[in-house]
Amino acid sequence: MKGFLALVGRDLRLSFRIGGGPFLGLGFFLTVTAMLPLGVGAKLNLLGEAAAGFLWVSAALASLLSLDRLFQADAEDGSLDQLALGTLPLEFAVFAKALAHWLTTGLPLTVAAPVLALMLNMPEGGYTALFVSLLVGSPVFSFAGAIGAALTAGLRRGGLLLSLVVLPLFVPVIVFGAGAVSAAINGFESWAAFEFLGAVSLFAMVLGPLAGAAALRIHLS
Amino acid sequence: MLRYANPKKFLDLSGALLPWLWLAAIGLMGWGLYAALFATPLDYQQGDSVRIMYIHVPSAWMASFIYGVMFIASVVGLVWKHPLADTAAKEAAPIGACFTAACLITGALWGKPTWGTYWIWDARLTSVLVLFFLYLGYMGVWAAIEDRAKAAKAAAILCVVGVINIPIIRFSVEWWDTLHQGPSVVRFENGKLAPSIDPSMLWPLVSMGVGCTVLFVALLFVRMRTDIARRRIRTLLALKAAA
Repeated sequence: MKGFLALVGRDLRLSFRIGGGPFLGLGFFLTVTAMLPLGVGAKLNLLGEAAAGFLWVSAALASLLSLDRLFQADAEDGSLDQLALGTLPLEFAVFAKALAHWLTTGLPLTVAAPVLALMLNMPEGGYTALFVSLLVGSPVFSFAGAIGAALTAGLRRGGLLLSLVVLPLFVPVIVFGAGAVSAAINGFESWAAFEFLGAVSLFAMVLGPLAGAAALRIHLS
Repeated sequence: MLRYANPKKFLDLSGALLPWLWLAAIGLMGWGLYAALFATPLDYQQGDSVRIMYIHVPSAWMASFIYGVMFIASVVGLVWKHPLADTAAKEAAPIGACFTAACLITGALWGKPTWGTYWIWDARLTSVLVLFFLYLGYMGVWAAIEDRAKAAKAAAILCVVGVINIPIIRFSVEWWDTLHQGPSVVRFENGKLAPSIDPSMLWPLVSMGVGCTVLFVALLFVRMRTDIARRRIRTLLALKAAA
């Protein structure tokens, strides 16, 4: 547990000191959101209707932005070998790193999303749903994403491959996350969608570290 | 089964089977296509465009079936570390991607006159598109990692993780209200599994389905034999260079 917390703390410190911490992802999130009205025109009803789905997709892309460095930096400077040699099982190391990734991307995006939704004129009634759905669903971006990051860790040009590998895994959360918000806006019961998001999240938290650690072992062998 | 996991035995067996497989594939698909294009009756609503179904439905079956084959081969490769299983999974992927693309394209061509649109984001269509991306990602992993043993393992892990999509495709038309119709070739009626389309359409479809499966096996064997030959040539060249 001590090693686990130390690893989470290390990744958080590293992210704040050299990676710009949560601000890199947030900056991307804000920029992309500002592009949408420029692209489709400042039609408020159109923007409001698309806001939920658009913010979910942007959150997925913003998470993807930093995902390729999740194991790459450690693989390059040799700390990944140290992690594999240590007493902490590699599965827990992957969990810790994915958790730190979520704390620096998914969580800040979740907090910022309602403000950006306001800028996109999202109808009232969707704000709580947007916040809660992202809070429950966005861990999938980090934990399922860790599988792709681990698979492409040793590759020189892994970024493009990573997005091809990971985006299919993101599809269910994006569908149900955006669906839950739309349902809430239109006054429908959206509890089932939240339960489904939670289930996918928990599933990713178990499967991601297992498959991620298996993939890392390939590169270490 | 493991007896034929020896590449030499596999080459002998597949070499002996291949002519028969080609013959069966050409016969089944030839008759199926003739019956589908000329002999079967027109649909009373769809007219001639119903004939697309005889390509579309077998392609869709193959798209999931080949992923299933890759999944089994990947698990065998991961557990028993058998190179031939890795070869099978690797060589099945491009064939699966082609069938998935054929399924999507024929579906779009059928959709335009029938639904009035080439594409719609309904659950079945989207999940098949995601399956296509999975195939591409799988092939990408193989192409990106130089060391063959490492590439095989990485691709196998991706394949095993991606298999979650298969039940989603299978049940998407039952879980969600989709524009794509529900299962309509065979249905449970009165507790029995019974065909729900007319025999005049069922048999050409079955013939195409079995024909496509045989075609897949034949193509897979050819690709696997090529891959084995390619590796042998590389080893020989390496030996020659070393000598």
